[in-house]
Amino acid sequence: MKRHALSTRIWHWLNLACLVILFMSGLNISNAHPRLYWGEWGFAVSHAWLELPRFPGWMTIPGRYSLAEARSWHLLAAWPFALGLAFLWIVMLVNNHFRRDLLTRRREWRWPAIRADLAAHLRFDFTHGEGKFNLLQKLAYGVVLGVLLPGMILTGLGISPGIEPLVRPLIDLVCGRQSMRSLHFILAWSLFVFLLLHVALVLLSNPVRQMRDMITGGRDAP
Amino acid sequence: MRRRHILAGLGAMVAGGCAKVADSRAGRSLFDAAERWHHSAHRLLTGRDALAAEFDRSQISPSFRGNGSQKVDTPAYAMAEGNGFADWRLTVSGLVEHPLSLTLDNLRRLPQRTQVTRHDCVEGWSAIGEWTGPRLAMILRGAGLLPQARFIVFRCADTLDGAAYYESIDLIDAFHPQTIVAHLLNGEPLPVKNGAPLRLRVERQLGYKHAKYLTGIEVVASLASIGEGRGGYWEDRAEYQWYAGI
Repeated sequence: MKRHALSTRIWHWLNLACLVILFMSGLNISNAHPRLYWGEWGFAVSHAWLELPRFPGWMTIPGRYSLAEARSWHLLAAWPFALGLAFLWIVMLVNNHFRRDLLTRRREWRWPAIRADLAAHLRFDFTHGEGKFNLLQKLAYGVVLGVLLPGMILTGLGISPGIEPLVRPLIDLVCGRQSMRSLHFILAWSLFVFLLLHVALVLLSNPVRQMRDMITGGRDAP
Repeated sequence: MRRRHILAGLGAMVAGGCAKVADSRAGRSLFDAAERWHHSAHRLLTGRDALAAEFDRSQISPSFRGNGSQKVDTPAYAMAEGNGFADWRLTVSGLVEHPLSLTLDNLRRLPQRTQVTRHDCVEGWSAIGEWTGPRLAMILRGAGLLPQARFIVFRCADTLDGAAYYESIDLIDAFHPQTIVAHLLNGEPLPVKNGAPLRLRVERQLGYKHAKYLTGIEVVASLASIGEGRGGYWEDRAEYQWYAGI
């Protein structure tokens, strides 16, 4: 059996491409009004809970300030991003990847097991026993696949007036559209932090094999 | 070190590639297709007459930000403002049975709709205000649309960088229950910065669709011959999305 299913690998790289475009065009859009508010409305400095820096051209798509073109990129990449995530979830549920590899087991939640897992990570020892992922990996991937990525889509819908009638209960839940916009921003940077951790851990645990396996599929350890 | 070079190269490829794609005809039509899919998905998932959220008067924001044109620099407008817009006309022309020329008084005498709604600017900010005016649907029914009618174009008194502001919407948005020609904001005649004396409210789209300083409503079969053919000032100037529900 392959270490990574073909569906996982296709989604992984498609999703990376989408996230890069969405994040960098998002920073360009942020430059149009670099303040975040809580609640339903907000437009002045005095309403803001956070004033953002102006993100430089090398961090944005396009590389100069253009709200219109950045929105074109953002709204285009949103489609493969959202459809890709839906595809991955359907496949994960159908081919048992979710239940077999990502769902945590009760015994993993016992303190000695958690402590052993943490200690191993702190020693940079990434060999794990049974199962494909250890508890910390399951939690990280679970949060990304179940909270951060769907959260990006839901908060994106929540700031779009055209689709608002459909998602109004969610907007009410977070106290308004400007809260949605703040959350969209917070979730985006949370994903960026995940990306840094993810890349760092790959670099620390046989990066050549990890990259090769995510492209070719690799082989499961016997 | 090598890895850093690869990363820098990848970054340059993304940026360079993006610029190439955006400037190409194929890239442009891909953007347009994505915009149409969003438009269709919104219509399909919410229904064409689904209402934008309406709020309680207590939620009105303490002021209402003005953006884009905040005044009209012509002697005619200054004079109109001086006499309380008593002679202001809103014309209804194009593919209609009865072209109209309406005064503010005519508009005030029509049945009014008052709605407390949130205004979302494409830049990202929002403000809440109470808008009052007749439904656009009523004005259009009064004029009587001809069968070829497809779009409603809004002509404005303001210019930005030397070009006249205009906007357009389709008939579904034109006949939406919350689409009104507003003459009051929070119970007072519209302030100049918010589009005095008349502005469109099309509540399920972003702020640049809400044309201000309205002088004319034109019913057309196609947007191709209006302006540069993309359906609005910002759409022509900077390729903003014509469908601004997202």
